[in-house]
Amino acid sequence: MKHKKEYPIYGVMAEFDSPTAIMLAAQKARDAGYRVMDAYTPFPIEEVSEAVGFQRKHNKVALACLIGGILGGTGGYTLASCAAGVWFPLNIAGRPFIPWPMFIPVTFESTILIAGLSAAIGMLVMNGLPAPYHPVFNVPGFSLATNDRFFLCIEARDPKYDEGAVTEFLNSLNPTEVTRVEG
Amino acid sequence: MSAFQETELRVAPPVEKGYRDPSFVPIIEPGHTFDSITEKISNIVLEMNTPRWWFGAMLVGSCFAVGLLFALTVLVFKGIGIWGNNQPTGWAWDITNFVWWIGIGHAGTLISAILFLLKQEWRNSINRFSEAMTIFAVMCAGMFPIFHTGRPWLAYWLFPLPNTMGVWPQFKSPLVWDVFAVSTYFTLSLVYWYIGMVPDLGTLRDRTRKPLLQKVYGFLSLGWRGSTRHWSRYETAYLLLAGLCTPLVLSVHSVVSMDFAVGIVPGWHSTIFPPYFVAGAVYSGFALVLTLVIPARRLFNLKDFITQRHIDNMGKVMLATGLIVSYSYCFEAFFGLVYAGNKYEHFMMMNRMFGPYATFYWILILCNVITPQFLWWRKIRNNTIVLFVISIVVNIGMWLERFEIIAVSLTRDFLPSSWGYFKPTIFDMLTFAGTLGFFLVMMLLFMRTMPMIPMYELKMLLPAARPAGHPEQGSFEEEVVSA
Repeated sequence: MKHKKEYPIYGVMAEFDSPTAIMLAAQKARDAGYRVMDAYTPFPIEEVSEAVGFQRKHNKVALACLIGGILGGTGGYTLASCAAGVWFPLNIAGRPFIPWPMFIPVTFESTILIAGLSAAIGMLVMNGLPAPYHPVFNVPGFSLATNDRFFLCIEARDPKYDEGAVTEFLNSLNPTEVTRVEG
Repeated sequence: MSAFQETELRVAPPVEKGYRDPSFVPIIEPGHTFDSITEKISNIVLEMNTPRWWFGAMLVGSCFAVGLLFALTVLVFKGIGIWGNNQPTGWAWDITNFVWWIGIGHAGTLISAILFLLKQEWRNSINRFSEAMTIFAVMCAGMFPIFHTGRPWLAYWLFPLPNTMGVWPQFKSPLVWDVFAVSTYFTLSLVYWYIGMVPDLGTLRDRTRKPLLQKVYGFLSLGWRGSTRHWSRYETAYLLLAGLCTPLVLSVHSVVSMDFAVGIVPGWHSTIFPPYFVAGAVYSGFALVLTLVIPARRLFNLKDFITQRHIDNMGKVMLATGLIVSYSYCFEAFFGLVYAGNKYEHFMMMNRMFGPYATFYWILILCNVITPQFLWWRKIRNNTIVLFVISIVVNIGMWLERFEIIAVSLTRDFLPSSWGYFKPTIFDMLTFAGTLGFFLVMMLLFMRTMPMIPMYELKMLLPAARPAGHPEQGSFEEEVVSA
């Protein structure tokens, strides 16, 4: 990780116990001028991802899926046409070598296959997964992020980051705990 | 915690005439919090001692699976002559079983993808379970055509791979479409199932105290940390996969039915086959989900999450698809006997009803047309034991339907000189029973090692999951009534 050398501290993390609390905290952090932060929740909460600055336009999974679908469809049709028309043409009672209606099932299936794989793999790649190690795992109690706790981390890369000020700010949001995240 | 107080409001399912009106039964029983959901579901994997019945069922399943191994080993050495297949019955139990198993899988995709798009929240408790069922069912299905080739080690020839002989698959043939449809179906079902499970595997990683399990689940969860940016992309990907799986599932059994419908054999050459097959697939699939869910919810004590409401809804879907299937039978009979005016079709229908396999036809009508009519009564849909029996009967019926379509048409087609008769051998039976055993073993392993109910999706159903100011926040009374 590049920023590991430059920033030995990853950020400061606050723990909350309800979706409402994390949403309000993220919104307040944004209003206070923090930009580089992330929230960790046991299930998706749309309001929180907007508050930490992840807009719909940043989400390119659908684009990956569309591109995959187009490639899969054209690829499937081309494959069928080349196999039946060029590489291994069989003249059966003078019927056309490339009858497009007969290739619809294969084209359809390959569209779906490549589109689906692109959506799934694209999502993982854009999320940077698999990621066996991440600094936030160092926080004691972070294991509850997959159970019933909600975390907000203001990262050291934030231009406004100042450890003392951030800690104080997070403490003012009424969290259950505030921890320094080691990088 | 606020979650607890709020869910407590989901109360008062009225008790009338000795049973609860299922439309008032919540999807999750009252009193659950985020933590209690995590605890209850992950404890099945992490804390619970393996129950005795699990070992018993595993023993039975493994015995049958070993039978499968034996039957297939003999087949590899001797060829498919050990089955009852003959001239003219080139397709017999193998393809019957293939179509039946593929059909079983369809309910899983229907529950997980179509009901997801329709925002049917009750699907959340049973979707992973039925997706697992889909995957194992497609595995069982795949074995039959692969071994039916007689030389399974050459099965890769089915795929369009460049080779030194310059030979390519025939892309105008439904059999090649089938390869594409089934392999796409298996791949995407697997991806959809796994992607859906990643956050819950993260939960298991975080909850277990055993270092080895932490490593295994940590590996499988891909280092999921619940970042809200990840969740956004994750939800998009999940929605897209659901949207893609929906037409996929309809296409798979349509393509399977074209294996038949494109041929000119009487009884096969029919345009109703695609919708008829898809309805039958969903019908048998829901029946198998019920066959598995009813014991599982009792044995693992999951009645809080798989409530009477789920059971009732699945009964209704079975009734609806059962009626579509019944309609198709009537239409087939009308088409063959009255409308088509084709003497081969007419003979085929008479042969199906009164020929050598007539007994099975009437059993099939009893199983698939008469039995589901009991599901009109709410009392029967709510009686899990009766429903369990009905679900098994329906699956027998659906298997017989596939057998009737294949055996009746092939054994007596156009020329009496080429007629024949099909009788299964012990190897047919061992193979079929073996796939049932294999399926059981896989399901048992899944239930013991993976989170069989999606935890994060259930948590999203709790009113406490919605932050204040959310339009749907705090409207449970409405929800209970409208649901």
